[in-house]
Amino acid sequence: MEWLKQADTTGEKFLLMFVAIALFVLVMGVILFVVDRISRPPKWVLVLGFMGPALIGLAFGLVYPALTTVKASFYDANGETFVGADNYVTAFTEDSFQQVLGNTLAWTLLVPILSTVIGLVYAVLVDRTRVEKFAKTLMFMPMAISMVGASIIWKFMYEYKAVIEGLAPERQPAQIGLLNQVLIWLGLEPQQFLLNGPWNNLFLMIVMIWIQSGFAMTILSAAIKAIPDDTMEAARLDGAGGMRLFTSITIPSVRPALVVVLTTIAMSTLKVFDIVRTMTGGNFGTGVIANEFYTQSFKQANYGLGSALAVILFIFVVPLIVYNVFQMRKSEEMR
Amino acid sequence: MKSTMKRHHVVAIASSVTLALSLAACGSDTPEKPEGSGTGTGTASGDCAAYESYGDLSGKTVTVYTSIVAPEDQPHIDSYKPFEECTGASIKYEGSKEFETQLQVRLKAGNAPDIAYIPQPGLLKTIVGQFPDSIVEASAGTSANVDKYYAASWKGYGTVDGKFYAAPLGANVKSFVWYSPSMFADNGYEIPKTYDELIALSDKIVADHGAEGIKPWCAGIGSGEATGWPATDWLEDLVLREAGIDVYNKWITNEVKFNDPQIAAALGKVGAILKNDKYVNGGIGDVKSIATTEFQDGGLPILDGNCFMHRQASFYAANWPEGTDVSEEGDVFAFYFPGMTADSRPVLGGGEFVAAFADRPEVAAFQAYLSSPEWANAKAKATPAGGWVSANSGLDPENLVSPIDKLSFSLLSDTSQDFGFDASDLMPGNVGAGSFWTEMTSWIAENKSDTQVLDAIQASWK
Repeated sequence: MEWLKQADTTGEKFLLMFVAIALFVLVMGVILFVVDRISRPPKWVLVLGFMGPALIGLAFGLVYPALTTVKASFYDANGETFVGADNYVTAFTEDSFQQVLGNTLAWTLLVPILSTVIGLVYAVLVDRTRVEKFAKTLMFMPMAISMVGASIIWKFMYEYKAVIEGLAPERQPAQIGLLNQVLIWLGLEPQQFLLNGPWNNLFLMIVMIWIQSGFAMTILSAAIKAIPDDTMEAARLDGAGGMRLFTSITIPSVRPALVVVLTTIAMSTLKVFDIVRTMTGGNFGTGVIANEFYTQSFKQANYGLGSALAVILFIFVVPLIVYNVFQMRKSEEMR
Repeated sequence: MKSTMKRHHVVAIASSVTLALSLAACGSDTPEKPEGSGTGTGTASGDCAAYESYGDLSGKTVTVYTSIVAPEDQPHIDSYKPFEECTGASIKYEGSKEFETQLQVRLKAGNAPDIAYIPQPGLLKTIVGQFPDSIVEASAGTSANVDKYYAASWKGYGTVDGKFYAAPLGANVKSFVWYSPSMFADNGYEIPKTYDELIALSDKIVADHGAEGIKPWCAGIGSGEATGWPATDWLEDLVLREAGIDVYNKWITNEVKFNDPQIAAALGKVGAILKNDKYVNGGIGDVKSIATTEFQDGGLPILDGNCFMHRQASFYAANWPEGTDVSEEGDVFAFYFPGMTADSRPVLGGGEFVAAFADRPEVAAFQAYLSSPEWANAKAKATPAGGWVSANSGLDPENLVSPIDKLSFSLLSDTSQDFGFDASDLMPGNVGAGSFWTEMTSWIAENKSDTQVLDAIQASWK
C-alpha cells in the first residue's frame, strides 16, 4: 500500500484519486444518513449535518489562507519581521506598481463595458433573424477556448516581422502575423502591437473582450427574448423607431441582466493573469495586479509584497461582489 | 498490453541480472577490466576502485530534483550508472520546469528531495536563509573534492555565510560571439582580438553591407517571464572588461552601486552596440525588435546571411537547427568575446550547484560523487551530442565531443585569467531575477535612458 502515500505512476495516481473520491462520498453519505435517521432532530444537528462539511471546507480552503495572506502582507519578504504598512506603501507609491494599478483600472473599466456593448448590439442585431443560431454559435465559440490558448492564438495574430530597409525581397523575414500582413497589403508599415505602449494594453484587452463578448451576448440575448411582445408592439404603435425601441424599451428591460453581465466580467477581468503572462509576461508596461502578485510571490520570493498585492486585489473585488449580490436580490424580489 | 507487460519483465530481469553481475565484479578482489570498455554505452565501466570509499550502499535510494528536463535529463541519468553499479545505491531522478518555485514549495511542505541541482547561487542563499534546518552542509568528501578539483572561487559560489553547502556541477561560458566561419572567410574578415577590433569590424560590416540591409549584430532577449536576462549578460561581460574583476565582484554585493559611473560606462558600451540602429537587429528589425525576439531565435539570422555576429553563451549550440555543423570549419562557431587588450581575457560564466537536504551516508556519498572527476568524465561520455562542460579540473577534455565544449573548457581551465560568475545569478532574487531583467528590457523596448534604468535597479536593491 506504498502508493497511498507516494503515488508514482499515472495508474497509481488515478487509483489514489478514486480512493479519495470514494472516501469523500462515504464520509458525506454516513453523515447525511445519520442525520436522516434521527427522527425529529434538533435544528442544530440538521444545520451541522448539512452545512458543517461545507463550512469546514471553506474554513480550511478559503478563510484560513485569506487570513494568513493578510498577515503576510504586513511582514517582510521572508515573513519574519513585521514591517507595518510598508508593502502597501511600496505598492501605491513606486512607479512600476502605480503603472500596474493603473493598468488594472483600465482593464476593469474598458473590458466589461466594451464586451457588454458588443455583446448587446450583436444580440439585438441577430435577434429573430434567419441566421441567429449560427451567428450566436460563432460569437460564443471563443468562450470555449482557454485563456492561455486564446493568448497564444492572438500572439500569432500580432506577430511582428520587420520589413528591413535595403534587404533584398527574397531575404526579408517572412511575415507570419495576420494583422501585420494586412497592414502590408494596405501599404502600411508593420507594427509592434505588443511592444508600443500604452496601446499594447489595448491589444491585450482585445483578447479578453473577444472571449467575454460571447458570454455577454448569451445572457443578454436571453433577456431580450424575455421582453414581452406586447410591450414592443405598444411602443411601435406609439411610433417608436428602431433606435428609440432600443434605448427606451430594450435597455431598461434588460437592465438587471446588464448589471450582472458587467459585474461578472469586471470580476473576471480583475483576476486576469493568463493573458498578460502568456503574451508579454508583464513587460513593456503591461503588468496587472494578478500577474505582478504572482511574480512577486513565487518568482522573486517576496511574499510580503505579493500578499499585499493579493489583498489589494481582494479589496477591489469585494464591492463588485456586494453590488452583484445586492442586484440579484433586487431582481428576485421583483419577480 | 500483455506483451508490453512481458517485455517490461524481461527488461527488469535482464537489468537486475546485469546489476548483480556487475556487483559481483565489483566485489571480487581483482576487478577485471571488461573487454571493450569505453565503447558501446561508454558509461558502464567495470573499474570500481574509485568508488570503494563510498562503501556498500545496496538497497539505498537517493532522490535528485532538478530543473533539467527531457531531452537533456537522459545524459544525467546515464551518468549515475557507474555509481549505481559500484555502490549498489539507486538514484531516483526527477526534473521539473517549475523547479525554482517548486523546490521552495517542497521545502516549505517538509517534502525535500535528498539532492537538488540549484541553478543560481542567489537561490541557494535564499534557501539557506529561509530553510536553515532543511539544507545540510556539504559532506566532507564533497568538500575535499571541490578543494582538489575546482578553483577557490567556485567553492565560494556554493558558500553562504562562511559555510560550504553546494558543490559546482556543470558550467557554461557566456563570453562567446557566434558567427559564420564561411561568411567571415568570404568577406576576408578576421576574428577580432580586442574590443576595439570588434567595434572596427562592426563598422566595416556596416560600410560593406549596410546598404544591402545586412547588419553586424543580431540579438533577442525574449524568454517568457525571464525576458531580459540576455541583456544582463551583455552588461556583465562589459563590466568585467571595462571595470575589471574587483569592481565586478563589488558590484555583485552592491558595494559598487548600479548607478556608479563605472557601471554606467559599461552600459554605455553595451548601448553603443545594442541600441545602435546601424548595428542591430540583423535580419529581424530595429532596436526594439530585440525585446520581442525570443533568445532562442536571436542568432538564427546568421544562417540566412542577414547578420554577422550574435553574443550568447556556449549552450546556444543547442539552438541551431538540426543538421547545422557547429565547428570551426562548419556553418557556425563561436569566438571569445574579446577583452579590452589582447592579453586580458576575462571570462563570464555560470553553472549549477548540488545541495543536499538529507544527512544520510548514501546522500553524502552521492554528493561527493557528483563533485568527483569520475562523475565529470562519466557525464561527458554520456553526452554524445555535446553542449555540456564542467569546471572540474579532473575532466579529461578528450571526453568532450563537440568543438565548442572543448573551447569552453579551455577558457574555463585557464586559471591565468579572471573568471566572473554571472552577476544576476548572485544578486538577490528581486534584483537578479527581477528589476535587473525588467529594467534592461525597458531600456531596449521603451528606450529608457541609461541613468533612469540604473537608478531604478539601484532603488530596488534593499
